[in-house]
Amino acid sequence: MIIDILAGAVRGGTSIMYAGLGETISERGGVINLGTEGAMLLGALGGYAVTAETGNPWLGVLGGALAGALLSLVHAVLVVSRRANQFASGLTLYFLALGVTALFGVSYVSQQINAFTPVPVPGLSEIPGIGPILFDHDPLVYIAYVAAPVIWWVLFRTRVGLLVRTAGERTEALEVHGYSVQAVRYCATVAGGALAGIGGAHISIAYANSWFENMIAGRGFIAVALVIFAMWNPIRIMAGAYLFGAALSLASVLQTSGIAVNQFALNAVPFVLTLVVLAVLGRRTMLAAPDELLKVFDNSRTT
Amino acid sequence: MRLTRTARVCLVAAVVITACSLAACSPAVSSPETGGSAPAGDSAPGADATTVGVIAVGPKDDFGYNQAVYQGVEALREQFPDLDVLEAYNIPEDDTAATTMESMVAQGATIIFATSYGHLDAAKQVAEAHPEVVVVHQGGLLDPVPANMGTYFGSVFEPVYLAGIAAGAATQTGKLGYVYAIPIPQTLANINAFTLGAQSVRPDVDVTAVSTTSWCDPATQADRVASLLSSGVDVMTQHQDCTKTIIEATEAAGAYTVGYHADASSLAPEGWLTGSEWDWGPLYTDIVQTAIDGDFTGSEYNANYRANMASGKNPFVASAFGPSVTDETKALIAAAAADLEAGGSPFAGPITAQDGTVTVPEGETPPIETIEQMDYFVQGVTGTVS
Repeated sequence: MIIDILAGAVRGGTSIMYAGLGETISERGGVINLGTEGAMLLGALGGYAVTAETGNPWLGVLGGALAGALLSLVHAVLVVSRRANQFASGLTLYFLALGVTALFGVSYVSQQINAFTPVPVPGLSEIPGIGPILFDHDPLVYIAYVAAPVIWWVLFRTRVGLLVRTAGERTEALEVHGYSVQAVRYCATVAGGALAGIGGAHISIAYANSWFENMIAGRGFIAVALVIFAMWNPIRIMAGAYLFGAALSLASVLQTSGIAVNQFALNAVPFVLTLVVLAVLGRRTMLAAPDELLKVFDNSRTT
Repeated sequence: MRLTRTARVCLVAAVVITACSLAACSPAVSSPETGGSAPAGDSAPGADATTVGVIAVGPKDDFGYNQAVYQGVEALREQFPDLDVLEAYNIPEDDTAATTMESMVAQGATIIFATSYGHLDAAKQVAEAHPEVVVVHQGGLLDPVPANMGTYFGSVFEPVYLAGIAAGAATQTGKLGYVYAIPIPQTLANINAFTLGAQSVRPDVDVTAVSTTSWCDPATQADRVASLLSSGVDVMTQHQDCTKTIIEATEAAGAYTVGYHADASSLAPEGWLTGSEWDWGPLYTDIVQTAIDGDFTGSEYNANYRANMASGKNPFVASAFGPSVTDETKALIAAAAADLEAGGSPFAGPITAQDGTVTVPEGETPPIETIEQMDYFVQGVTGTVS
């Protein structure tokens, strides 16, 4: 039972992790993207459509990333070039994505695809406990194991990461050194959208293996909340995403085990968890925020 | 874009609510007789109809509820070649439904089928404004029933009971999985009927019922199915609007599938057992014939009509069998079907709820109204109604 919950946590948390990692990059660069849910939806449909047309789920991942990147590019144009309100732009793009994917996705609802299947890691998957929890999943789960530390390393140990973080902390410093803040933010936002798109594609071509309108069902918003309580740190994103995955999978395993718990209450667990963490960390989350993000919060208060 | 659409929906809703309350306050423009006696000859609603109108809430190719309506319409065309059948799909459950039906009446329709649950209020409006038009509604309840109206529906739990027999005969582990959306009475009756059917051939069977709290959330479905399969479930069924994720995952795991809404055997070529699906043709045909003959008022359709297998007109029927169903199982199902056709019920007593309460005593059979209000799981179901 514990193994079922933890294996489910890894599978279910993966899409949230990709989206959370993407949003971390974007916010580290000073851009909040509430359209993450929309980027995941586009990624889910893009991934599904490309997989359906080509028969190759790896091309589907690429399609999902492109679709997510495209939506975030629109966000970047609005908030970086046009300096529009980040919250308004993100939410509007989410609703746009919801409508657009529902419209164009209809023909894929009944279509079957060649989806990702679990690839047990030889040897490792045989280990009792650890094997089924960590090493009996689809390839995108394994890539996520690597993605979180790599993104941490890029953000905190490389020049590229320094540029992104400076765009989010101290734009003057970038300008002094002759870099374009706008260019850096474009890159960070689009990269974030691409990762959210991969997260969406994970749901449609590796997890549920179906396309249906609004199939992300709030996981993108969970990812945005996750970024705050992971304090913009990719490693904590990884832990937090699996925690959410565990909360989601708990609802399945408890019901299957016949433990009498109200299913609507079980479904609320991830959201209650978010509120609890936000309440416990409180102001500490804001102290860890990139400075430029705090300006976004302040601006939106007055506008 | 979507925000303005939401605003528009709110506006439309406000207009509809205002219109409805005005209609309710103002004296009825025309008051059709309520109940029993048939009016004289040529004024009978729907008599000698030349045009029939049908509205549906969704697309005609959704592999489910609305596609079934479309197939019913096609059956009408076949049965009545001279009849003009107007059809409208994707009709929302708001004022659009009333205006669409009004426009059908303007085009000469004197029999109208409103086929979605939420079309009921619009159907009432149109029926009141046009006493000469028969308006029938799919799935609703009327009280009182105007002389030119009626509702109709099937006994959905009957084919589900029969499918339960196939599941009980197929399972090796004795564990069946039921992924449902929300514990509404119709769903609970289905889960219970499925369980009773399975128990009739395998008394120790366990049906694990898990909820997704959504009519279509494929990722949650995937999680529920993985959990059920891992607990040893080897026959899976569901009550969901979208079913592909569950059926494909079940097939991939080598377990059996029992379908609901539509024949999805193409998704589970190996593991498909059987299922339940809609077949409205015969019932639509009979309603139209009754109205054309001038006999609608006072007929069984001028009421809250519920078809079942005993009446021979249940529009919810068993799907075709999959390759693994044995002749022995088919014979068991045929015998049970014959019993239902002879007036039997899956819920013939004794029926015992999960907590041990006897809900239907030995020798009694609950009426359909009671079954449509079911709020408990029977013994043999693992799960919580809450």
